[in-house]
Amino acid sequence: MALLREPILETRDLVKAFKGFVAVDGVSLCVRRGEIHALIGPNGAGKTTFFNLLTKFLQPTSGAILYRGTDITREQPADIARRGIVRSFQICAVFPHLTALENVRVALQRVVGSSFQFWRSARSLSQLHGRAIQLLAEVRLEDWASTLAADLSYGRKRALELATTLALEPELLLLDEPTQGLGHEDVARVAQLIKHVAAHRTVLMVEHNMNVVASIADTISVLQRGRVIAAGTYDKVARDPQVIEAYMGTASTKLAGSG
Amino acid sequence: MKARTRLYAALAILGLAAPWLGLYPVFVMKLLCFAMFACAFNLLLGYTKMLSFGHAAYFGASAYTTGWLVTAQGWGTIAGLLGGVAVSMLLGLAIGAIAVRRQGIYFAMITLALAQLVFFVCLQAPFTGGENGLQGIPRGSVLGIIDLGGDAAMYYFVLAAFAAVFVLIRRIVHSPFGQVLKAIRENEPRAISLGYQVDRYKLLAFVLSASLAGLAGSLKALVLGFVTLSDVSQATSGDVILMTLLGGSGTFLGPALGAIIVISLQEYLSDLVGAWVSVMIGAIFVVCVMTFRRGFIGEIERRLGRRV
Ligand SMILES: Nc1ncnc2c1ncn2[C@@H]1O[C@H](COP(=O)(O)OP(=O)(O)OP(=O)(O)O)[C@@H](O)[C@H]1O
Ligand SMILES: [Mg+2]
Repeated sequence: MALLREPILETRDLVKAFKGFVAVDGVSLCVRRGEIHALIGPNGAGKTTFFNLLTKFLQPTSGAILYRGTDITREQPADIARRGIVRSFQICAVFPHLTALENVRVALQRVVGSSFQFWRSARSLSQLHGRAIQLLAEVRLEDWASTLAADLSYGRKRALELATTLALEPELLLLDEPTQGLGHEDVARVAQLIKHVAAHRTVLMVEHNMNVVASIADTISVLQRGRVIAAGTYDKVARDPQVIEAYMGTASTKLAGSG
Repeated sequence: MKARTRLYAALAILGLAAPWLGLYPVFVMKLLCFAMFACAFNLLLGYTKMLSFGHAAYFGASAYTTGWLVTAQGWGTIAGLLGGVAVSMLLGLAIGAIAVRRQGIYFAMITLALAQLVFFVCLQAPFTGGENGLQGIPRGSVLGIIDLGGDAAMYYFVLAAFAAVFVLIRRIVHSPFGQVLKAIRENEPRAISLGYQVDRYKLLAFVLSASLAGLAGSLKALVLGFVTLSDVSQATSGDVILMTLLGGSGTFLGPALGAIIVISLQEYLSDLVGAWVSVMIGAIFVVCVMTFRRGFIGEIERRLGRRV
């Protein structure tokens, strides 16, 4: 079913070489509109590097990135966000000394175009509060609106990060291990949240937790040593001998156990 | 909130009454000019976390420009001030455009190198008076209405300018733009990933800081009636860093307090110990940095648990 949808993001032979070390080695990946696409792979496989290439935090050595058919390989990171691709980070990225509301508001602010106004009072931003509260409510943080982000629990920080990302109404969300470091209940909650927000969007996520992958991902790509070794639905990938090999038995039991 | 209002009211009264408290008015004006300079510098260091090693370039270039305009070109005081600020603004735009692309120590080195360039231009250019600097700069009047020749009139003019700059900086920090600066300072990659072209915001902060530093320099030129190479020198760039850190970077009052301390020490200690004054100020700085890292006001704010 997912295979019938049009591609929204494509990479062609994407390569990133660091000094004498190829972290991403000819990755051709296709993310289709509306799907939740999980990128899995052992530690050091190149997943974060791949994300950094997509969002231009790193320049690819060679290869191309196409977003809705347009070549975006040479664009700046901020331009990528303006096109509707918004990422989260492996290490939770909030603005710690801004309140939860202000965190979300910073994202909303760029869109309304008041961000260079240095002569106006910040009170002029209060027109954004309604929308900001709405977004916080989507991740069930409305009661923490005036709490400093630094004082939120880790799970709530991740939720806040998601709300901030959603404020930009991205078409494509890139989430780098959104459930990493979360307690058991938070994992399920964030997973459901992702599923919920993915309803009208496309999500590409790096994820180590196979339960999460199995429960919400439509498509899975497996990365190992910078190469895609398998792609497809969960069942197909989980049976792939190369994948089982890559996870060296330990993961294969994990894969089977959660399947 | 109420305590803060009372504090500012007290400071305002102190400012207004200063000429009658037996303080030497020219000295107090000099303090205000350096306080303004430090506040402008703090906009960059304290609120954007960019450490410029060459802020005297804007302070001095603007001072020279204003001095030259009112002396050699016969411009009025206000026009001369605006001319000076325009030059420091353009200089800030040019240097900032190069510097904000770099971070940390590279940013600092570029601001330092380009400020040295400005210094040499001021040393060599025909209109700066070389080693002698510009002398006998007239204070003139405010648009021909208020004569600034007397110390009292000049004092209130400088005080008003300082108050305006102080309020403006508060406003900038608490503006929509200030919110973005804060976000960039807290987590730059995240701000980028939200679509902010952070270099542009840093550049605007840089230009605002350079312009206000320029205004401070121009006012100082008018107050004292002369501009010398020391106004564009590396030593002055160092002084403003010292003032800001000593008083507390990222606090509103800290840089002003730091300026008052440093300038007063320079003034009074130099009579007592001569050239040893820089050594002593350096030692005081080291002690202060070791005992309270956040500077005087920063430390007070921490103890009180709120901002002043
Ligand atoms: N800037 C860099 N310079 C050199 N090598 C790098 C750089 N960034 C990443 N690497 C290397 O590239 C490889 C891939 O790293 P990457 O962070 O992309 O892995 P990952 O799949 O995200 O791993 P994890 O699951 O641990 O997050 C690693 O071996 C890493 O050491
Ligand atoms: Mg990673």
